[in-house]
Amino acid sequence: MKYAFFPGCVSRGGCPELYPATLKVCHRLGFELDELQERGATCTGAGVLQEKNQFLGDVFNARTFAMAEQLGLPLMNICSTCQGVMSQANKRLKDDPDYLAKVNGHLAQEGLEYRGTAQPRHLLWTLIEDVGMEKLKTYVIQPLTNLRVAPFYGCYIVRPTDALEFKLYPEREDSLERVMAALGAQVVDFPGKTRCCGFPILTINEKNSVSMVARHTTDAKDLGADAMVTPCPLCHLNLDGYQPKAMQQSQRDINMPIIHLPQLLGLAMGFSPKEMGLSRHIVSAKRVLSKIRVPA
Amino acid sequence: MQVVVSVRRYNPEDRGTPSYWQEYGLEVEENASVLDSLIKIREEVDGSLALRCSCRSAICGSCAMRINGHAKLACNTKLSDVAGEDGKVTVEPAGVMPVVKDLVVDQTMFWDKVRQVSPWLQPEGPEPEAEYLAPNSDMTHLAGVMACIMCGACVSDCTVLEMDENFIGPAALAKAYRFAADPRDAEDRSRLATLSEYSGIWDCTRCFECVEVCPKGVAPMDRIMSLRDRAMERGYDKTYGARHTDAFEESVTHSGRLDELRLPIKTFGFFNLPALMNMAPVGLRALLRGKMPPIFHRSVPGVKKVRQLVKSVKAQQRGE
Repeated sequence: MKYAFFPGCVSRGGCPELYPATLKVCHRLGFELDELQERGATCTGAGVLQEKNQFLGDVFNARTFAMAEQLGLPLMNICSTCQGVMSQANKRLKDDPDYLAKVNGHLAQEGLEYRGTAQPRHLLWTLIEDVGMEKLKTYVIQPLTNLRVAPFYGCYIVRPTDALEFKLYPEREDSLERVMAALGAQVVDFPGKTRCCGFPILTINEKNSVSMVARHTTDAKDLGADAMVTPCPLCHLNLDGYQPKAMQQSQRDINMPIIHLPQLLGLAMGFSPKEMGLSRHIVSAKRVLSKIRVPA
Repeated sequence: MQVVVSVRRYNPEDRGTPSYWQEYGLEVEENASVLDSLIKIREEVDGSLALRCSCRSAICGSCAMRINGHAKLACNTKLSDVAGEDGKVTVEPAGVMPVVKDLVVDQTMFWDKVRQVSPWLQPEGPEPEAEYLAPNSDMTHLAGVMACIMCGACVSDCTVLEMDENFIGPAALAKAYRFAADPRDAEDRSRLATLSEYSGIWDCTRCFECVEVCPKGVAPMDRIMSLRDRAMERGYDKTYGARHTDAFEESVTHSGRLDELRLPIKTFGFFNLPALMNMAPVGLRALLRGKMPPIFHRSVPGVKKVRQLVKSVKAQQRGE
């Protein structure tokens, strides 16, 4: 499969371990990636730009969609926030032909036109919809049999469900659990899996943001999870980077490793922890490695 | 159809007894609602079950509760839509608010927050002889928010209120928008000034829970985003939230991608030493692990085209 690949800003910024881990895993899966940001595609706006100028955000995303259309490739991303913002923009553009025409009026200066055919999808969804769980199992060299993993989705890949087309694709709702099970891991279900990690209010109300980190990581720990896995690099930034503060604030010894989805895939595919960039995490992932008997 | 309704029970008179799950096996009509099953339990099986309901038509907003973990109106939720393959459905009281008994919660906090935003029209000038008039075109965007039935579903599932009861919350903020955006209201500036303070519009995480659970399509989060936009337009742009949005826009429109390193610095201010020092341990830990964005921010290739695009969009928005 070949994809128009949208890595997003954070996979090469605050989470520099995510981008190379994704490339290795995608290569192993036989995915060929044509990277859109190397062609000039912009940030999605992450919902923040949209607070101030939703139309400009939609123009940016329509431009990215038009680039993917021009390449004739399905559009894949690796960030729950990118997924949600793209899906919401796409819904507005597809639902209203006049709005789309207005947006295209601006894209015309670059010779671009969005025809409304793009379907932005997270790597997580492409695993379910393009690869399939039976095929995914054939890539597993190191089953994660002893590992108890709690899923943590990130808001924008689970809400709003109409823009994310959950009715058309009901398996998206528990996609993370399906993938984790296919890799051999034990799924630890917990109520916080679809809640907010607190990242969006980190610079506005740090106390509340860190409380969310403490709540979710503690809940996962109390339910016996060895690690949490997330398809969202922004959730990773908060749950991993602010966990020391969360431990301080909650007076709990949490130490819950937060694993990016591609890293979990990579470990199961037999990549080394170093190849997956696990040493870059703030909370050590050694516990994960000892559970699957991989040397750190 | 056969269903098993698992209800979260709690009776304050049983001192020291925590809440517990109780299952009721029932035979119900194919089109029965969750509320139908609860009333059947109360009237035919267990008269001690406490619940609040009235209109049974999704108008009064009395029967908001958590069904399978998410806030819904019990009266307009069909059992056949929510019961699993084993016929099981879970019913709990609404979240955030304290439980009085079983499925009844104390809504005092909900109403206090609504009152906090002065939910009435505050026009200026002499009182007109008849109604305060407004053109239809200025009012249609308020139709959605006026559909609110004050059921509290959004408050129940708000991810911020779950952590901090001081947050004004989605229902009250949607109500605040209803008046701040009303062309007849003269207090929009003071409303926006108050709402821009701590625990107001900028404390929302944009998690979409309230949009997802609202049974009336009010989309409280969208109203909160509109309030943010209006607040910035009116000059209330010195809060961390507004500064964060400004810095984000500047970064993305200038380079096509987010400059993560400079975003917090611009949000807090270059000379805001306490805030920057607070971030220092997190930054240092990340630096030691090699988990830092590039120091030299790189624009997307062909960034001039992006800047030209931004220019043309903004010119159109200014009406040029």
